[in-house]
Amino acid sequence: MSETQQLKILITEDNIADCLIINKIIKDQGYKTVIANNGLEAIDLYVKEKPDIILMDALMPQMDGFEAAKRIKQLVGEDFVPIIFLTSLNDDVSLVSCLEAGGDDFLSKPYNSIVIAAKIQAFKRMVILHRTVQTQRDEITHRNEYLLQEQKIAKRVFDNVAHLGCLNAPNIKHLLSPMSVFNGDVLLASRKPSGGMIVFLGDFTGHGLPAAIGAMPVAEIFYGMVAKGFGIEEILQEINQKLKNILPVGFFCCACIVDINYSWERIKLWNGGLLDVLLKKNDGSVESFRSLHLPLGILPFEEFNSECIEGDMKVGERVYLFSDGIVDLKDHQGNEFSLNGFFNFLSDNQNPEDIFSHVIDQDKLSAEKNESNIDDVTFVEISMISEDVISSKHELIKNSELHGARDWSMSFEMFNQTIRDFNPIPLMLQVTMEVPELRAFNNDVCMILSELITNGIDHGLLGLDSSLKTSANGFQEYYDQRTKRLSNLTGESLHISLRHKPDKFGGVLVIRVVDTGSGFDLKKIDFDIPKVSQMSGRGIPLLMTLCESIVYEGNGNAAEAVYRWKHAGDDTK
Amino acid sequence: MSIVSHLSASGDVMKIGIQGRFDFGSHQDFRESYDNNDLNVKEYHVDMAKTTYLDSSALGMLLLLRDHAGSDAVIKIINCNEDVYKIFEISNFDQMFQISTAK
Repeated sequence: MSETQQLKILITEDNIADCLIINKIIKDQGYKTVIANNGLEAIDLYVKEKPDIILMDALMPQMDGFEAAKRIKQLVGEDFVPIIFLTSLNDDVSLVSCLEAGGDDFLSKPYNSIVIAAKIQAFKRMVILHRTVQTQRDEITHRNEYLLQEQKIAKRVFDNVAHLGCLNAPNIKHLLSPMSVFNGDVLLASRKPSGGMIVFLGDFTGHGLPAAIGAMPVAEIFYGMVAKGFGIEEILQEINQKLKNILPVGFFCCACIVDINYSWERIKLWNGGLLDVLLKKNDGSVESFRSLHLPLGILPFEEFNSECIEGDMKVGERVYLFSDGIVDLKDHQGNEFSLNGFFNFLSDNQNPEDIFSHVIDQDKLSAEKNESNIDDVTFVEISMISEDVISSKHELIKNSELHGARDWSMSFEMFNQTIRDFNPIPLMLQVTMEVPELRAFNNDVCMILSELITNGIDHGLLGLDSSLKTSANGFQEYYDQRTKRLSNLTGESLHISLRHKPDKFGGVLVIRVVDTGSGFDLKKIDFDIPKVSQMSGRGIPLLMTLCESIVYEGNGNAAEAVYRWKHAGDDTK
Repeated sequence: MSIVSHLSASGDVMKIGIQGRFDFGSHQDFRESYDNNDLNVKEYHVDMAKTTYLDSSALGMLLLLRDHAGSDAVIKIINCNEDVYKIFEISNFDQMFQISTAK
């Protein structure tokens, strides 16, 4: 019904004279009328005619106005149909009975056409307002249901993209917040081709769709680059650049990326805008890694800093990551799950197995109490495990994939700037992966390549001394020197060649790395497996276990590794 | 939450005061506070003396202000309380803005 639509008014009056008078007054004002002579008829006509406003005499035979008003109000439901009592009674008790029966107003006899017009006009406005509100409410409800439905479907797509990878690995435990359909948190984990794993936790500004859309390219870049053997610095550069390009100003992603190296028992991480990352050591102490960077997606490529922090992380030690670096920090203060609180809890806890389940219990508790405690936080625990626990299962290669390159060689030479700024391993792996069956041995190949190339650059070209890496401080010193010497590099080159040949059982991959450095004393290379406590020198002996042979030639400038692989199904290696 | 902006007599310093929670709900008001009269503004002072809370959308809004102000303008965020300052610290926004606490 709109302003111009004709209003239908039900008049209930047993007195025929009164009825004629009021009917005339109302009709003269341009309204439609329906007439009932008692309460029962009024109810009947209400159902049949659906009038907009009802005028109701109080005292009538058969059923009086009070009873009829009560029954009609029950039928009305959530609609608004005003009932105006027509009455010559004017004592308080009678008027109260009118109100109790559901009456909205009174008209006293004798009738005054101006008063009637005013009342009907006023109620007409109320009816229109009520209907508008109702329609809008229904529309909003409908729209909201529709949106939620859409979001649920989108969430399934999102979950498939954003929470995949090796999140179910035995050394990862995580709690994802259920706050909204999309919470803006992204948790990604992937095994590195060289062994070890990389975990990414991101928290986008805001919630919902904008956050979820940003997560898509992040996941794609992350999984793609990790699989190709890129390092976390390169992955960060790429993600930052992508987000900078696609997100509007004012949207960004607080993030932390962690590289867990099983064979070195080291952790390397970058934290931009998330809460401190906490590392629970075996000796009971807790180390925190502060956020040192701006979140991803803010700075342009030239200003972005992907410098990481490194530390030791022995088998059995656990690292904890939280989303929600910025949001609600204040609201969390004082309650049990402040970062300080958790830090103290970690420090006091003697049984690291219990830490995660404790947090889960707290989360359930606060959910029961309906507190906005930690249920909008994503929480991850990653433990350091020994490499043999996660030995990768070699995937069987389907026959259809048995095309590809099997007998080939390639060589690649890098000069100063490329040595400084380029990681050749993804490129090399790209080539070796053209041998379909060799993909299953990706980890081994990646490890051999990175060891030989790192040795060639660090020791061959830069003349760095690994004995520096005997302490945590030494590691820093080593990397500082490395950065300095790299920037001063002139007239050097590193030559990498790969040769692959199939044989009856599988194939042989020969990797040769030659540098133009002054070489080093071959006797100094320790071919024994170092003691567990020793931090460096693990590279070459590790390779010895993977390769058929490793030979250093000349002054140690040339290293050649022969890697023999066998078809899956052969037990002998 | 209320946001009041005030242009200095010389017309080159704009002071924006934020009262209460500074979050997504303040988006429109914050934008309007600097959007209209910006001809000669060289310095923006975002006064957080009465700001009780800050979320990541608020950080985003500051980035929008920075974008609007251009690279030549200076943006100072002043009078932050401890909680608010901590948020700037974690997000390392001190690398982009001059941020100071209440004296």
